[in-house]
Amino acid sequence: MRVQRCKGARDLSPDEMARFRLIEETFRERCLRWGYQEVRTPTIEYLHLFTSAGTLTPSMLGRVYSFLDWDGWSGERVVLRPDGTIPIARLYIDTMAGEGPARLFYVTNTFIFEETGKKTRERWQCGTELIGVNTPASDAELIVLALEILNNLELKNVTLRLSHAGLIKALLGRLGLSPEEQARVFDRILDGDARALAGLRTDKPELDSVLFPLLSLKGRSSGFLKNLRAISARSLPEFKPHLKSFIDVVSILENLGCKYQIDIASGAGFEYYTGIIFQLYSGREKIGGGGRYDDLIPAMGGGDIPASGFALYIDRLMSLVEPETLKEPVRQSVLVRFKDKDNEEMKEAFGVARSLRDAGYTVELDLGNMETANVRWVLDIRNKAPKYVLRDKVEPRVIEAKTLDEVLAIIEEKSGYQDSLTKGTSSG
Amino acid sequence: MDIKIALPKGRLLGKTASLLQLADWGMDGYHEKARLYHLKSTAYPNLSAKMFHERDIPIQVAIGNYDLGICGRDWVEELLAKYPSSAVIKVADLGYGAGSLYMLAGLAGTGMSDLRRKAGRSTVRIVSEYANLAESFALKERLSRFSIFPVWGGAEAYPPEHAELALISGGAGTEFLNTGMVPVERVLDFSAYLIANRDSWGSKDLNKVVASICESCEQLPADERVPKEPGMRPEIPLTPERTEDGLIRLALPDGHQQEPMLEILNKAGIDIEDYPSPTGNRRPAIGMEGVAVKVIRPQDMPLQVANGNFDLAITGRDWLTDHRYQFPSSPVKELLDLKSGRVRVVAVISQKLPVDDVADLRAFIGEKAMLFRVASEYVNIADRYARDNHFGRYRVIPTWGATEAFLPDDADLLIENTETGRTIARHHLKIIDTLFESTACIIGSTRIRPGSAKDKKTRFIIEALRAAVEGM
Repeated sequence: MRVQRCKGARDLSPDEMARFRLIEETFRERCLRWGYQEVRTPTIEYLHLFTSAGTLTPSMLGRVYSFLDWDGWSGERVVLRPDGTIPIARLYIDTMAGEGPARLFYVTNTFIFEETGKKTRERWQCGTELIGVNTPASDAELIVLALEILNNLELKNVTLRLSHAGLIKALLGRLGLSPEEQARVFDRILDGDARALAGLRTDKPELDSVLFPLLSLKGRSSGFLKNLRAISARSLPEFKPHLKSFIDVVSILENLGCKYQIDIASGAGFEYYTGIIFQLYSGREKIGGGGRYDDLIPAMGGGDIPASGFALYIDRLMSLVEPETLKEPVRQSVLVRFKDKDNEEMKEAFGVARSLRDAGYTVELDLGNMETANVRWVLDIRNKAPKYVLRDKVEPRVIEAKTLDEVLAIIEEKSGYQDSLTKGTSSG
Repeated sequence: MDIKIALPKGRLLGKTASLLQLADWGMDGYHEKARLYHLKSTAYPNLSAKMFHERDIPIQVAIGNYDLGICGRDWVEELLAKYPSSAVIKVADLGYGAGSLYMLAGLAGTGMSDLRRKAGRSTVRIVSEYANLAESFALKERLSRFSIFPVWGGAEAYPPEHAELALISGGAGTEFLNTGMVPVERVLDFSAYLIANRDSWGSKDLNKVVASICESCEQLPADERVPKEPGMRPEIPLTPERTEDGLIRLALPDGHQQEPMLEILNKAGIDIEDYPSPTGNRRPAIGMEGVAVKVIRPQDMPLQVANGNFDLAITGRDWLTDHRYQFPSSPVKELLDLKSGRVRVVAVISQKLPVDDVADLRAFIGEKAMLFRVASEYVNIADRYARDNHFGRYRVIPTWGATEAFLPDDADLLIENTETGRTIARHHLKIIDTLFESTACIIGSTRIRPGSAKDKKTRFIIEALRAAVEGM
């Protein structure tokens, strides 16, 4: 019987890991520079953390990996983390409450069942949460940070789409639906069902002429929102605070020269959003998103603390980035050969490899026919003179050396001009 | 091409047998008193059948052991609620065996929103044989904190003290009036269904067999349908907070353990009225001050004691062991061996296998490199047994009784209890290992404070029973 990978699970090959690490390192570097601190939460949480009112939609909760663990006699179910943000909010309440605003970031996997098993059920994301602040500038900070990371990843065709959860909820409130129906339609919008609003009409025809165009319109400047504010001022006064908060953020983005698109009906994301919602696309592929969730920490009993955040989807980004090291395989490493029957040669080989690594080179020991495309230098260790025979595979020639310093000097001289490429892959 | 169908025992058997008679299947062995569960059709030579507990049928069809099955839609939905991608197709509504699943609440109170608020403060407990549908209900109603207590039966005994809600199958809504509970939602209407395995449906010619059922089904007098709105109370009742009043809550077993239990109680000089109860009363009166009795399934008792719903319960060591294997930290312990109802929990295989003990079996599995299937009512004992014996790649198939019928086609090993071994021999099976002996025992919570009034009272009861057992 062949051993199989679990359905819906995914392996990451060396090539894919190079992409993964590029994204992770770029993300971490930017976050640290903006003053965010890295945290990590456990893979297993209590299910009730996610069932608490207004955190995840029933459709999401129907697909979580929940089970009774060894302590489950009380009926308390645990779950494999289905979402990145809620555990961070829990961590903040647990260990950082009372310490004021926090800038946190994480790289984590999340688990959501997907029926066909064709898409991966374990997803990786990197995200940031800015907790304890509620200003238009804080929303703008997150958007600019996200765009900066994508820019550093050299992603093409990145677009930013904006919506506002408060505005969507106010709109639904106008449709004359019962609270249950309202919740259901909102859930459908959040689960990404664009047709959720199609069949709805208000009981007042004059509202229809304002509401539905509003939902379907798309705009590219704060002027668009100001126009909306003008037409809704009298008939829809409850929209005013949401439009104001929306306009405030959009004005900052405009000022900073950010391009964006306003698409109010595209509120896909999580139920906990209360303010601005932003989504990031590369071409047609959604690669990340975020928003303001001021009610989440209060609903979890953490006090009146606002927050916002975003996440980038590593699985989707992986196919879009091109790490330098993968563009063309660079011959860079040193292969050290020795006769493994000869104890002295072997000892010497391990010692030489260590010295070369300390000098910054990637060094492999030849355990038998291991010459690959990556190898530039082949170094033979001998127990008679000449002690070292070095072969350069890029500029073919053979050099004999008496000491390790000589070897180092030759490699240094030849590799010097491509220093950054030769000295290991981690600098990529 | 061979066609296999899984037929129900129990409540659907009578009507299903009439249906198959109308369809002229010539499946004579299918009746209430059937002692062997493997059946052949004289009309369709390539058609064979096996009888199962109704609840096992959707699982058997989904995993592909059977091409077709007949069972209530309630059990199909229970499977799909947790495993939506199961390979089961609902082929036809057969019309008979109609019923509904109701979510019932213990006491009159306020509204659904209040229950949701309560769920924000403490846990809403839902008890049901339909654990997956109960969970779907809780998620749909957005209860923020809930516990599902799966039970083997008798769910109606739990509210209001031991659960806020119970999801129960029944006919018209009025019958719940006697239990003191009110329905808050009709969760599902069901009747008997013909179901098929998705792959079989896509690749086998089941046409004649299916057509004969569907045509005959129209001739069958249909059950009276449940009226659409059986006096539902849209209000969700709220349960009063649990009180700690020093009352000892004792759980007694239903089913065949009632007679020996009654004998022990009598010997101990403890009076009990209406137990066993001919009317199905689950709250018999006991002649002891400060003790309240409920009658529930022995399988469910360890979990109920762990959760503080009962202080003492009388169950089998087999069920306590199964519970402790699943939850090693559970605060339940055995307090007294009642030395009655002695059974052995054994590992059983088909007599056809060239295997005499566990070592042989392990070697046999290793050679065949097979996916090994263990069927048992004791899911956790079976899982541990397969793990400890290094059975490689194995699957535990949960069953709800009549487990011996699973061998040899639908499982490779059973973990079963047996008194004499006769049933096992009759089904051409053999015992290759004894895991442990089980007798009835009293179990209790490890969380009762030593020296408290409750502690003294439980000790008193245990001593009375100990004296009775030792005098027997």
